[in-house]
Amino acid sequence: MSTITIREALNQALREELARDEKVFLMGEEVAEYDGAYKVTKGLFHEFGGKRVIDTPITELGFAGLGVGAAMAGLRPVVEFMTFNFSILATDQIINSAAKMLYMSGGQFNIPIVFRGPGGSAFQVSSQHSQAIESWYAYFPGIKVVMPSTPADAKGLLKSAIRDDDPVIFIEQERMYGNKGEVPDDPDFTIPLGVADVKREGKDVTIVARSLMVPLALKAAEQLEQQGVSCEVIDPRTIRPLDIDTIVESVKKTNRVVVAEESHPICGVGAEISTEIMERAFDYLDAPVKRVSGVDVPMPYAKNLENLAIPDVNKIIAAVREVAYLD
Amino acid sequence: MATKVIMPKLSPTMEEGQLSRWLKKEGDKVSMGEPLAEIDTDKATMEMQALANGVLRKILINEGESAPLGQLIAVIGEPNEDIASVLAEAPAAAAPKPQEQEQKQEQVKAPEQPAPAPQAKAAAASAQPQPTVDNGRPKPAATDSGRMIVSPLAARMAAEAGIDLRSLQGSGPGGRIIKKDIEAALSQPKAEAAAPLHLVPTPQVGASGYRDEPATEIRKVIAKRLVTSLGPIPHFFLTTDIEMDRAAEMRRGINALDPDLKISINDIIIKVTAAALMQHPQVNASFQEKIVRYYEHADIGVAVAIEDGLITPVVRAADQKSLSQIAAEVRELAERARSRRLKPEEYMGATFSISNLGMFGIDEFTAVINPPEGGILAIGAMTPKPVVRDNEIVIRQMMRVTMSCDHRIIDGATGAKFLQTFKKILENPLYLVV
Repeated sequence: MSTITIREALNQALREELARDEKVFLMGEEVAEYDGAYKVTKGLFHEFGGKRVIDTPITELGFAGLGVGAAMAGLRPVVEFMTFNFSILATDQIINSAAKMLYMSGGQFNIPIVFRGPGGSAFQVSSQHSQAIESWYAYFPGIKVVMPSTPADAKGLLKSAIRDDDPVIFIEQERMYGNKGEVPDDPDFTIPLGVADVKREGKDVTIVARSLMVPLALKAAEQLEQQGVSCEVIDPRTIRPLDIDTIVESVKKTNRVVVAEESHPICGVGAEISTEIMERAFDYLDAPVKRVSGVDVPMPYAKNLENLAIPDVNKIIAAVREVAYLD
Repeated sequence: MATKVIMPKLSPTMEEGQLSRWLKKEGDKVSMGEPLAEIDTDKATMEMQALANGVLRKILINEGESAPLGQLIAVIGEPNEDIASVLAEAPAAAAPKPQEQEQKQEQVKAPEQPAPAPQAKAAAASAQPQPTVDNGRPKPAATDSGRMIVSPLAARMAAEAGIDLRSLQGSGPGGRIIKKDIEAALSQPKAEAAAPLHLVPTPQVGASGYRDEPATEIRKVIAKRLVTSLGPIPHFFLTTDIEMDRAAEMRRGINALDPDLKISINDIIIKVTAAALMQHPQVNASFQEKIVRYYEHADIGVAVAIEDGLITPVVRAADQKSLSQIAAEVRELAERARSRRLKPEEYMGATFSISNLGMFGIDEFTAVINPPEGGILAIGAMTPKPVVRDNEIVIRQMMRVTMSCDHRIIDGATGAKFLQTFKKILENPLYLVV
């Protein structure tokens, strides 16, 4: 075990997979000579050269399509979007080509591609650069969506994503690159996609949180413990496929759920999780499922308003107290 | 001449149209080709044009209402023309004026008007007969509309525990009954049960009123066990009259020797049953799908009525026990059964059962087999009856016994032979010592 940042964990995963499989290559804006806009690809260009780590023009749709073609031809591209806000430009290739190719080619073409990069809110980068759009991609069959919340998860899941034969959307959180945690040193350490992780065990309320919300939920759980409420924190880690069984098992134990998410509430992943819980564990619910989501407005630029728009520890605590009938 | 305006076909797949908006009102002049109304079809909102010159005399369909293709929806005619014959074609229900419609709805509502108290209102709102119990418990958790709010979990817990939700006060928002309330109710079930019940008489209207009481656990177990009996198990019944004079005499004799023994007729019946079973092992058996299990001993289940149910404590190996042992054991088991202190192994796993309703004056009845046992004897009352003996009418203590047999293992003749033996021993209890 070594304690490293999420940024370093991702870098390790990329390095190990580049070394392990020569079909793997990286592509994206500034990923090579500049070491990546967020330094996730630091040193890889010098180590593996220009054929494996490729700078692209500022043409998201173009290089996403290039990646899909390379995947069809048998390579394993890892395409970086400088942020997932820019992936919006590439959605035609992601949704119409990558996600559907296996189905529409009658099983002839797997698309083993990873689209990765930071998503969610950052620090005062305003509406167009602060979006959590995981629900867009999770909506489509044929694509997997992963959102790690710890360095170990980031590394283990990215390695699995690269080895996976289907297209994977891998959304990192811009504010979390510097978060530290213990990561196994084993170069074959992976975490399977589609398996949730119980980040904290508890018995009174289940908090389902992903990405940026996981550390906040854990902080909320600590404070709630002092108030006599025992919270179980579950990180699905993969949004599609969603490990609903682990969540439902927890709900059967606690009978109360809060879903915390950075994204907007409407048609969001939290809405999906809430519905699944209602359908599968209705008779176990003692309170309506409560969502804590990003506010339903474009992200404000102003610091104070930005803080109000993103869920925080206090909002999660208030929601837990509400479903536990404490207020 | 009056012209009918019918619902036109405005799209190839249209089957009915909704009148979106009338562009003319009754009395307006219209000319051919002029837009008359807007119609929502399955595809789009389309304009309907007038196909005649004249005055829009009558509108037969309100805005927002639908009509199938071809239905008469308006009439165009001369200002003073008689259009009654054309209107006669309109569907009866079509086109009441908005005002009339409101009045009609009010009339329908009218009978419900005298509803003074909110409770009475809730009762009237439902066609179901309403519980009419007032047992001094707290007011049920219900909103003003009479609807009970309860979390899904609490509802399930209450159903499983047999708790009447109406007896609870919800502590959640809006009076919602939540897990905590059920747990609280579970922790003090006795206090609640002690609350006296008294029915408030209400004038009978329609179906009878009723009160719901939670099914007790024992009632639920009885229900669960016994539906696995008469339904799935093919029963048949054998009845015989048994002369009990000698058995009664024997009982008197034994008890005269030692009044503390307190042998009952039922104890003798248990002993005789066990003895007969030993002679007919096919009857002391159990059908268990792939096997038939034959028991070595006669473990006799004795049905004991207890408050709100019955239980059958088991006299183990009654074939090997003396009458006094059986008597003492039955007395002790029955006493503990009534105070509900039997252990499971004391009332489970009999090989054959006896149910005696003689003390209730029942002459004859049939009992339901307690699975997986193969049979049960239903014992009626012992009463003096005139019978023919040696061509003379004499009075004898007669008792009628009906045996229920599981036909999967006991055939008619098998059962009859057992019953014959049972009768023979009971009529001549000396066989017990032979």
